[in-house]
Amino acid sequence: MPVQYESIVAEHLATRQVAGLFDVSHMGRVFVEGPQALSWLEGLLTRRVADLAVGRARYTLVTGVDRTAVKATTAPVILDDALVTRLADADNGTPRLLLVVNASNCPRVIRWLESQLPASGVQLTDRTAATAMIAVQGPLVFAAEGLLRQVCAADTTSMLAALPVYGAAETTIGETPAIVSRTGYTGEDGVELVVDSAVAVSLWERLLAAGGDRGVRPCGLGSRDTLRLEAGMPLYGHELTELTDPFAIGLGRAIELDGRTFPGVAELSARRVAGGRQRVGLQFQEKRAARLGDMILPSGTDRVCGEVTSGSFSPTLGCGIAMAMVEPAAAAVGTELEAAVRGSRLPARVVPLPFYRRSREAS
Amino acid sequence: MEQSRRYAKSHEWARREDDGTVTVGISAYAVEALTDLVFMQLPEVGAMVKAGESFGEIESVKAVSDLYAPVSGEVVAVNTELPGRLETLGEDPYGSGWVIRIQPADVGQLETLLDQAAYDALVGGESH
Repeated sequence: MPVQYESIVAEHLATRQVAGLFDVSHMGRVFVEGPQALSWLEGLLTRRVADLAVGRARYTLVTGVDRTAVKATTAPVILDDALVTRLADADNGTPRLLLVVNASNCPRVIRWLESQLPASGVQLTDRTAATAMIAVQGPLVFAAEGLLRQVCAADTTSMLAALPVYGAAETTIGETPAIVSRTGYTGEDGVELVVDSAVAVSLWERLLAAGGDRGVRPCGLGSRDTLRLEAGMPLYGHELTELTDPFAIGLGRAIELDGRTFPGVAELSARRVAGGRQRVGLQFQEKRAARLGDMILPSGTDRVCGEVTSGSFSPTLGCGIAMAMVEPAAAAVGTELEAAVRGSRLPARVVPLPFYRRSREAS
Repeated sequence: MEQSRRYAKSHEWARREDDGTVTVGISAYAVEALTDLVFMQLPEVGAMVKAGESFGEIESVKAVSDLYAPVSGEVVAVNTELPGRLETLGEDPYGSGWVIRIQPADVGQLETLLDQAAYDALVGGESH
């Protein structure tokens, strides 16, 4: 996936206004299958899995020990964030699940999961190379006579349109078998498709041909980042790291603590420190934005009160935006702050997250 | 006139003017590659710049890039219109998109830069 095909801004706006195609095949796809699959994942993920219904996905964190690190520690850390989807049971009634993880964390997540496998009852298969993943995002995806209708049969389109957000189905896109989930990382409605690698290029080309004359664009990592930033979504390595307090960055919904035994459950509870830095949205007056690692200070002072985790020009708002971790005293909406950016100070105001919320009437 | 324009490997162009100053800008290739420009930081008139060292920066949605002085000397003019109208860089990179003008300490430094043919070869190579 390139940073951009032509222009980050053009790709971003195409996704907001029409639709964008994202080749996200670099992300890890791990299939978990077997009679013990549900209870095994229930014991490993921060979200509950035991009660996950067929055809539903959940956003979760993966905690565990990094056994690929040069100095492996023994205390569990946040290894990644992931999407766990329960697929239809196998013909013999065995549960099947798909775990989609970040590319950079995939090796250590797999190493960790493999180390936790029971002697029998769970099969773990890394199908990252054998499959491809295409995210199709934007208002045109589910529109009448939209992108899906042009590549799927009418009944398939209706079935997919009836999927709730975080719903998933195994179906065919034209003739191509695909796992389709109503998920994404852009703040738009849309789907993510997992298909065999061998048919991925032809599916990509069919989607592009179906939308090309309506302004649908292939989109790169750059617009994927600006879209998720506007939508207030965290990115591993930026908002979320091994030792982040997930509650402070608004990921409390990804942690279900009651009665749970996932690795690091006690450590994650203990991270919920009162008075710690918390995630805020910042809006700048100019097009430039502070970026990862830039310091935040109260206006007119030299006292650091926070640090930027992600920042960029926002194509939708036309100005710079950022997410930052700041002290509670600096976190109220409307607070005037400054970012120290390569020798100058950029005025910034605390604004509500997300920066962008799509209009629901459109879909 | 084309023969008089020289280029740094870092994609700034330099042109000797009749009054002995050197006008500096950013090549059309580099502006095209940067895309989605959002910010430009320029020096003040009177600032001393050194060949190969940063005299300003240009930021796109993608990244921040330094601008490097092709020759050493004193900044005698700055295109102050530019930061407020960054699209000029793409529309007229060798004309109204000029960036700064330098009174060179040693005009011979221009000879160390790439000529048009050598620069075309460089960016021809980079685009593949």
